[in-house]
Amino acid sequence: MEISASGDRITADLLVVGGGISGMTAAIEASEFGKDAVLIEKEPFLGGRVVRMNQYFPKMCPPVCGLEINLRRIRTNDRIKVLTLTEVTEVSGQKGDYEVTLTVSPRYINNNCTACEECEKVCEIEVDDEFNFGLNKRKAVYFRNMAYPSLYVADPDYVKDPKFKACVDACKYNAFDLDQQPQTVTVKCKGIVWATGWKPYDAAKLDNLGFGQYDNVITNVMLERYSAEEGPTSGKISRPSDGGEIKKIGFVQCAGSRDENHLPYCSGVCCSASLKQARYVRAQYPDAEIHIFYIDIRTPGRLEDFYQELQSDEKVFFHRGKGADIKETGNKNLLISAENTLTGELTEHEVELVVLATGMVPNAATDKLPADTPLDDWGFLLPDAPSGIIGAGVTNRPVEVAASVQDATGAVLKALTAERS
Amino acid sequence: MAVETKIGGYICSGCDIGSAVDVEALLKMAKSEGCAICKSHEALCSAEGVQMIKADIAAEELNRVVVAGCSRRIKMEEFSFGDKVITGRANIREHVAWVMEPNDEDTQMAAEDYVTMEIHRMKNTDYIEPLVQDIDKTVLVVGGGVSGLRSALAAAGAGNDAVLVEKENLLGGWATKWKKVFPKAAPYKDLADSNVGDLIKKVEANDKIKVYTGSTIKKIHGEPGKFDVTLKGSSTDTFKAGSVVLAAGWKPYDANKLDHLGYGKNNVLTNVQMEEMLNSGGLKRASDGAAPKSVAFIQCAGSRDQEHLPYCSAVCCRVSLKQAKFIRDAYPDTQVYILYKDLRSPGQYELFYKNVQEDEGVFLTKGEVIRVDQLDGDRVEIELEDTLFGENIIVQTDMLVLAAGMVPNTHVEGVAEIMGDEAETAEKPAEAADGEEEADTGASAELGAKILNLSYRKGTDLPTLKYGFPDSHYICFPYETQRTAIFAAGCVRAPMDLASAENDAYGAALKAVQATELIGAGKAVHPRAGDTSNPDFFLQRCTQCKRCTEECPFGTLDEDEKGTPETHPNRCRRCGICMGACPERIVSFKDYSVHIIGEMLKSLEIPEEEDEKPRVLAFMCENDALPSLDIAAAHRMKINPFVRIIPVRCLGSMNVVWIADALSNGYDGVILIGCKHGDDYQCHFIKGSELANTRMENVREKLKQLVLEEERVQIHELSLSEWAKIPQVLDDFIDDIDTVGPNPYKGF
Repeated sequence: MEISASGDRITADLLVVGGGISGMTAAIEASEFGKDAVLIEKEPFLGGRVVRMNQYFPKMCPPVCGLEINLRRIRTNDRIKVLTLTEVTEVSGQKGDYEVTLTVSPRYINNNCTACEECEKVCEIEVDDEFNFGLNKRKAVYFRNMAYPSLYVADPDYVKDPKFKACVDACKYNAFDLDQQPQTVTVKCKGIVWATGWKPYDAAKLDNLGFGQYDNVITNVMLERYSAEEGPTSGKISRPSDGGEIKKIGFVQCAGSRDENHLPYCSGVCCSASLKQARYVRAQYPDAEIHIFYIDIRTPGRLEDFYQELQSDEKVFFHRGKGADIKETGNKNLLISAENTLTGELTEHEVELVVLATGMVPNAATDKLPADTPLDDWGFLLPDAPSGIIGAGVTNRPVEVAASVQDATGAVLKALTAERS
Repeated sequence: MAVETKIGGYICSGCDIGSAVDVEALLKMAKSEGCAICKSHEALCSAEGVQMIKADIAAEELNRVVVAGCSRRIKMEEFSFGDKVITGRANIREHVAWVMEPNDEDTQMAAEDYVTMEIHRMKNTDYIEPLVQDIDKTVLVVGGGVSGLRSALAAAGAGNDAVLVEKENLLGGWATKWKKVFPKAAPYKDLADSNVGDLIKKVEANDKIKVYTGSTIKKIHGEPGKFDVTLKGSSTDTFKAGSVVLAAGWKPYDANKLDHLGYGKNNVLTNVQMEEMLNSGGLKRASDGAAPKSVAFIQCAGSRDQEHLPYCSAVCCRVSLKQAKFIRDAYPDTQVYILYKDLRSPGQYELFYKNVQEDEGVFLTKGEVIRVDQLDGDRVEIELEDTLFGENIIVQTDMLVLAAGMVPNTHVEGVAEIMGDEAETAEKPAEAADGEEEADTGASAELGAKILNLSYRKGTDLPTLKYGFPDSHYICFPYETQRTAIFAAGCVRAPMDLASAENDAYGAALKAVQATELIGAGKAVHPRAGDTSNPDFFLQRCTQCKRCTEECPFGTLDEDEKGTPETHPNRCRRCGICMGACPERIVSFKDYSVHIIGEMLKSLEIPEEEDEKPRVLAFMCENDALPSLDIAAAHRMKINPFVRIIPVRCLGSMNVVWIADALSNGYDGVILIGCKHGDDYQCHFIKGSELANTRMENVREKLKQLVLEEERVQIHELSLSEWAKIPQVLDDFIDDIDTVGPNPYKGF
């Protein structure tokens, strides 16, 4: 890889946009294939959506385990250049010869940072932690395990705050540089993989399901944070309203999915995700009842075993019928009305916590994509883009982690060779 | 060792290290342990600190550097000093300063011990010479269906030669039999044509691809980069190959087993038979040659069924939707019924489902089939229970299609799981004794589907998971394989649709091409990608116990007639499990060996019994347990100061002699912390943590012989996310050691 002395011009084989599991995979696989890859990520940390997950289905293993291996693969390979806090501003040229303009936002912290924690200790500014969906507070200067490089992160909204000075003063290593300006970097490359991933569907749009209205209605992605050791409750699943325990919990599948008013497609993973989350609840509350309201349980391949396992669990109840309506009762419990989609019959269940299994929305639907990279009606990248840009992972279709990684691996060849589909 | 080691010792006092330990004392100690030069700095990782080390390297001709400071997982770039200098990292930040009482006597001892151990690691670590070799980079693709065709094209597109071997006389596989394929784009309404014809043409026209039809693999001998492949059938050619894509495809589930769903009755056929019928003349009843007025589909015919295929074949719902759509378009008067358990149309295919649903001539309903009877000699009656109508439904139809599932061609009847040596008790496959000359494959050669016919001691084929799929066990690493440079693609590895299979083929091809690149450069493939170290076998001392050949999860080692291991560096993944297995300690890496770790643990001074300071060793997996300790340290959790941590490549690389050495050197106990084993194992080397557990049984026996309490040696599973448990795990261990008291061998 050729990098100019000032670092503002890079010549590489592949540019990968998005540092989640798909993007990391594409960049790493390309570099181990002997190609120079530049991986960019708009957040200050890698890992995207998966780093916010507590465990993967069906193995119930932690995403950080594979991410750790991937981080090592990146750190020990000089064919990868990672730029975080970086976004694409312009793409010109075509497959085989692109010139891409990137904007690198200021980090305000330089490589002198040793992650010693002194700045965070003295920081008096506390803000909602977006990583945990605002369920807790973090400081205006903070650390993330997947931060890349492995440095502290300064919140750009607060670096000019008078109170931030205390953080700067606490640093013994001259690691703060508040005068940093956005930087422009140009990458010359032969191929581009677009792996900007997804965001959860906005549950607030599902007005009949009470999200944002009732304290004890949460989404599947929030439950991941409640279940995680590093989450807002140190891994304890409890009622947001009072921190109370769970005796009965309801999972509402297809919350906004397979629904023409919201997401007409199926996100493919939410059934398995809820089954996995049922296991989290089962582990913490052996006596709790778990009720799952679904249209079809979709567990393809060997995931069927995972479903069978929970089906034979006497504490897990499957109700066929879409969760139609949720109302709060006096004690902040929730009443789920489910509609049998064919007979129209309604059933009601009172639970302490409702988890909405919301689907995935591709970030490409709202990102600015370079010209001639058409999307389908829902924002997924169409194959054979005239721009030659190759999508990977959920950028292409809603899929689970293994399929994303598979897709990202193949994307390397599609982006760098004439063979593509 | 050509040049004598000359070590520089550098102690960082930054990040609270200086305020927690006596850095001057550490410097003095490092000097006495043999460092040629010893310096401290308040931020070794700063430009100034790094420059100081670089200047010393140049001026003093240092060839080893010990950096005592933060975890080796960070600041890697800063502390890399080129090929001529080996860097060792003593973690006195996350292992000491951040997790122990500042300025306590025990804290100081811990810091001194970590520095000492690292100095001794450096004294015994030698340069690695990468095994750069001229290899053959041809990708062998086994199977000429869509997955295989696409794999060959993708590999050729990357510049490698490819050889495609297909057992049938024609290329294309199942896809050539399909009338139409699923819609490919929005609005997901109209059926599409498959691209298999184009793929075949492209493959045949590609001069980097050599095609053999009507042929199968007689034998694959050797190792990646140097495979000798011999064919049988139409061709008996032999050629070299570097890596392999197994795209051997699938077969339909045997419908003869589905008589409970009406198979064998008049006008009952499978989805594959329906497809063939539509592709050759159209919809006709076998009984009278007339087009049926109604067609019913029973979904999950034999699938999601513990008596048949417990898994879901993932495509059958959409296949029935496709066939329904085709029938309704071509025969508008024919009524279609689709009887399902759950209708599975993932992703954008939901739109396809919606579109079919909107056709009034297609009646979709959920239920469990309880009865299928012949009616009037040629019609069929189906009864469903557990329907959404609260009562049983009866469907009468002119024709019944059983949506049967897919079985990977790697599946062998009677062998549920072929996991290397575990399958030794499994039955022999029926077709093995066909008189053909079999490959000389050693112990478990009779197992497996005999598609690849590898001449590996550990079997002829890729080991498979449950149900016979040679899939990856890892969610993060779907192309992980237990046979280096051999990758499965398409429906042989998991049930999938054509588009997914083609996509999978790209990935498998990339991995196959990548493997040849890495191996040619002498580098390991995933998960230790880029590692150039190689195990050396000092065979003069080998006792032919075969433990290494049996325990290697990757089938690296074969044996000669005497049982001496035959090494194949290109199959090796550098996990060190062979090193852990060897009772004669003859396996070693230049930077990781029984000797190096032994010297490290022996380098420490063990407190006397009357000091009342227990001392225990913790061997920790560097992939998961070690990083989790870093996270615990970042949270400033307290770690017991009596524990000394030695990272290992995998718990499976732990040689029990280290435990013996530790106990005979006066350590009071040893704890091993590694990844989960069992069905959902998380060990990155498949069997490492399991083997460590097995070896523990022998250790317990030994302890008994030495009249030592078994509590002194323990093994613990810990996943990376369980960092918060680490302090307790170590405290509990120390409590157990306190209970049994000091090691009676202390001081001998």
